[in-house]
Amino acid sequence: MAKISLQDLRHSYLADPKGDEDWALKHMNVEWSDGGAYALLGPSGCGKTTLLSIISGLLTPTEGRVLFDGAEVTDIPPDRRNIAQVFQFPVVYDTMKVYDNLAFPLRNRGMAEAELDKKVREIAAMLDLEDTLKKRASGLTADGKQKISLGRGLVRSDVNAILFDEPLTVIDPHLKWILRSKLKELHQRIGTTMIYVTHDQTEALTFADQVVVMHEGTVVQIGTPVDLFERPKHTFVGHFIGSPGMNVLPCTLDGEMPYFDGVPVPIEHPAPGNGGAERLEIGVRPEFVSFADTGIPVEIVRLSDVGRYQIVDVRHGEHVIKLLVPEGAELPSESAHIRFDPAYTRVYADGWIMG
Amino acid sequence: MTLELRNVVKRIGAEVHIHETSVAFESDGFNILLGTTLAGKTSLMQLMAGLQRPTSGEIWFDGRDVTRVSVQKRNVSMVHQQFINYPNFSVFDNIASPLRVGRVGRAEIKRRVGEVAEMLRLSAMLDRKPNELSGGQQQRIALARALVKDADLILLDEPLANLDYKLREELRDELPRLFKDRGCTVVYATTEPTEALLLGGHTATLHEGRITQFGPTAEVYRRPGGLRTARVFSDPPINTARVTKKGNRFTLNDRVGWNAEDQHAGLPDGTYIMGIRPHHVTPHGTGPGKVELEGTVLVTELSGSESIVHFDIDGQTWISQSHGIHPFEIGSVARFSMDIGRSKLFDLDDKLVAA
Amino acid sequence: MTNKIAYPKAWLFVLPVVALVAFNALIPLMTVVNYSVQETFGNNVFFWEGVRWFEEVLNSERFHASLGRQLTFTGIILSIEIPLGIAIALTMPTRGFWASVCLVLMALPLLIPWNVVGAMWNIFALPEIGLLGQIINGMGIDYNFTQQPIAAWFTTILMDVWHWTSLVVLLAYAGLQSIPDAYYQAAKIDGASGWAVFRYIQLPKMKRVLTIAILLRFMDSFMIYTEPFVLTGGGPGNTTTFLSIDLVKIALGQFDLGPAAAMSLIYFMIVLLLCWVFYTLMMRDEEP
Repeated sequence: MAKISLQDLRHSYLADPKGDEDWALKHMNVEWSDGGAYALLGPSGCGKTTLLSIISGLLTPTEGRVLFDGAEVTDIPPDRRNIAQVFQFPVVYDTMKVYDNLAFPLRNRGMAEAELDKKVREIAAMLDLEDTLKKRASGLTADGKQKISLGRGLVRSDVNAILFDEPLTVIDPHLKWILRSKLKELHQRIGTTMIYVTHDQTEALTFADQVVVMHEGTVVQIGTPVDLFERPKHTFVGHFIGSPGMNVLPCTLDGEMPYFDGVPVPIEHPAPGNGGAERLEIGVRPEFVSFADTGIPVEIVRLSDVGRYQIVDVRHGEHVIKLLVPEGAELPSESAHIRFDPAYTRVYADGWIMG
Repeated sequence: MTLELRNVVKRIGAEVHIHETSVAFESDGFNILLGTTLAGKTSLMQLMAGLQRPTSGEIWFDGRDVTRVSVQKRNVSMVHQQFINYPNFSVFDNIASPLRVGRVGRAEIKRRVGEVAEMLRLSAMLDRKPNELSGGQQQRIALARALVKDADLILLDEPLANLDYKLREELRDELPRLFKDRGCTVVYATTEPTEALLLGGHTATLHEGRITQFGPTAEVYRRPGGLRTARVFSDPPINTARVTKKGNRFTLNDRVGWNAEDQHAGLPDGTYIMGIRPHHVTPHGTGPGKVELEGTVLVTELSGSESIVHFDIDGQTWISQSHGIHPFEIGSVARFSMDIGRSKLFDLDDKLVAA
Repeated sequence: MTNKIAYPKAWLFVLPVVALVAFNALIPLMTVVNYSVQETFGNNVFFWEGVRWFEEVLNSERFHASLGRQLTFTGIILSIEIPLGIAIALTMPTRGFWASVCLVLMALPLLIPWNVVGAMWNIFALPEIGLLGQIINGMGIDYNFTQQPIAAWFTTILMDVWHWTSLVVLLAYAGLQSIPDAYYQAAKIDGASGWAVFRYIQLPKMKRVLTIAILLRFMDSFMIYTEPFVLTGGGPGNTTTFLSIDLVKIALGQFDLGPAAAMSLIYFMIVLLLCWVFYTLMMRDEEP
């Protein structure tokens, strides 16, 4: 297990990068503490897989250093960094049995049969693979094969970190659920550093203690799921996390009070002056918007029943605002007023949070 | 325009892929096929399109028997999970292709392609090639191609499954608007209950080649006719447990019991299967539930705004989903309450007896 | 995807091909069958012989001898070309300019007309004026493929390897290209040696492609005619007279149409049988 540091990292896939867009990963400094469960979350093309490949050693960064526990590993290949990786689609050695698949990394490192037998059985038990040990790996279902991939990483006790590259992509939705909680359980039992790349916020937020949100090659925010949810530092984070995402509405500042279309929006932590920002916005999540007797006048445009709550689309002028209403709750008639919870309403200047 | 399947059966070799099925799809709103991966959604869609012929039974569209009509002669469009576009045609040519096959005049083609491209926000990219564009844009090209044909029947086979979850949300929001007022019948296949609920319309739940229930989406969700339907239509999976009724009292085990509510009171004594969705099982004291449960916590998953706790009672795993952050320790004993009024009772043949 | 809907007009597309195949293959085949059960001395006079020719051929020493030579030849060819082809494919670059160059170089031997190949090697290996002949004799080895059976075999095999290994290379290369990078990455992480990567990842993933390569090489080498005929004429004596060469000698040289026809049918059956057995064995545990 190790603390992983990325210093002054930048990466481009082009031989001669010129402008900003040529860099797949823009300048960053990130630290991953020992034993943490991290998620790299972002839309397709944001650079998360590139970042993972640099950590695992499959890719050497154009600039910067990678350190494991203070020791530089930037140029060391993957098999000597002591990491394990689980890929998007299951990678198993088809011709071998499940047992031999799990034993493979240990045999390559010269471990004695008796010793590795214990380890293999231990890991197989943890992953519910015991009944399949004698079967050929090619005969298992996708989730079974992914478990084998995972198992190959877990059998090695010297593993510094386990890296997951969107591992649940090919798994059936109703099995995704089981495998996801299994990964969480494993982390809580074993305590190895785990870094999980995904574009699915549910996977990221339920698995990780800390989430690294990426957008177009930059790390936008690192925080706990609660942080990201309640205090997104950038409107992108607010929009990307949460289903539906945060409502972002243009506003003006009069002193410390934000105004949306002439209606005051009280917030708990008033923002300091806007410092000449071009664009001022209010961000508030649908969870924190509610119907009220006074406030912003709106008309109800659409209602979606999602089972445990309902998503209501309301319109004010040309803006559509979403709010959540609990299952079975009564809705006001066509026109109503909404208010934003002051404790969770934030002001953003040019996309970044103020205050 | 009604699409009707009459006693349709599909057998391949010795396997029955679709058991005898009769259902009618109307053109008002989405018709959703909801089921797990091998439930038969794609087989059913291929029968509807005419790509496969049923082993027995008939398919009627708009009052005509189309069972023997070849797919080229049926006025049908299909969009698949993988973004299927002609790689060496420009976006414009891709969208225009069905019109060119149908020998529509050039001016007419230009007009219709322009219209549809506008709707799907592709107007700026008409002369690019598909693989220069992102996944979301490629899928929009496929959708445009399906729409431009102005077909009477449009089949969408998990069209959003290969997209980023955020992109999926955005496109899903747009879909109803795209298909409104066209007068065509739309059939949409998906594995996610949430998606079905958000799209509204009517839903047919599929399980192992059978349609277990068909009706307005919210109704199928709230009043599943059978346990299988309830299971298909729940994410996270529904909690089930055997309960015994004696007189006025239900018992789960020797520690948990409750008095029968009004609608359950009239049922005969005996054993039933109770189904209760995870969001009706909340940590004690946080929700409206009153019947207490005590279990050992297995895993806690915390997303930004909600907690999903897996706990064990007598060897059976229960799932609780609630608002707010409730971090229970693994292995600790925790108390939950069930909102019994929301539970559903099924008899031992999996049929609904009370909701 | 069974159970396709019938599209009647499709038959129109297939009809010309069906007619052509019927004319070029089925009718001659029927003619051969006809000859194999009869005796003729020309002038379209036929006598029914039944299975006499088949018995004669199957019992003839001459047939056994050429069959033996053929099997040996094919065996040697396969055991050299398949591993060599795979080895070359493994070392070829997968991307960039040199990849295209290598592919073209590999394809070149396959483009040469077969009789030209035979003629080329004939001259190349001649002991007095051929480059190869001169080099080998210069090394102190007494080499003359027109007179020594061993030298004839050596030269024939060398020629076939030069001509046809490229096919195996190209097929194996295509098979290798289809292996996703993730497998190599996972193997690296697992600490697998190069040999382990070959044995557990590359070879299994190439199985289908290799089956095709082996089948093709088997069939072609079993039926080989042009190149050895131009090279050695079947000699010295009959030491390189493989099955098809022998067959032509009987049919056209001796004009024994009956036995020749019977022999061709037997020949055909052997090839068919061996291919079927081999294919079934290789595809035994594959999904459809």
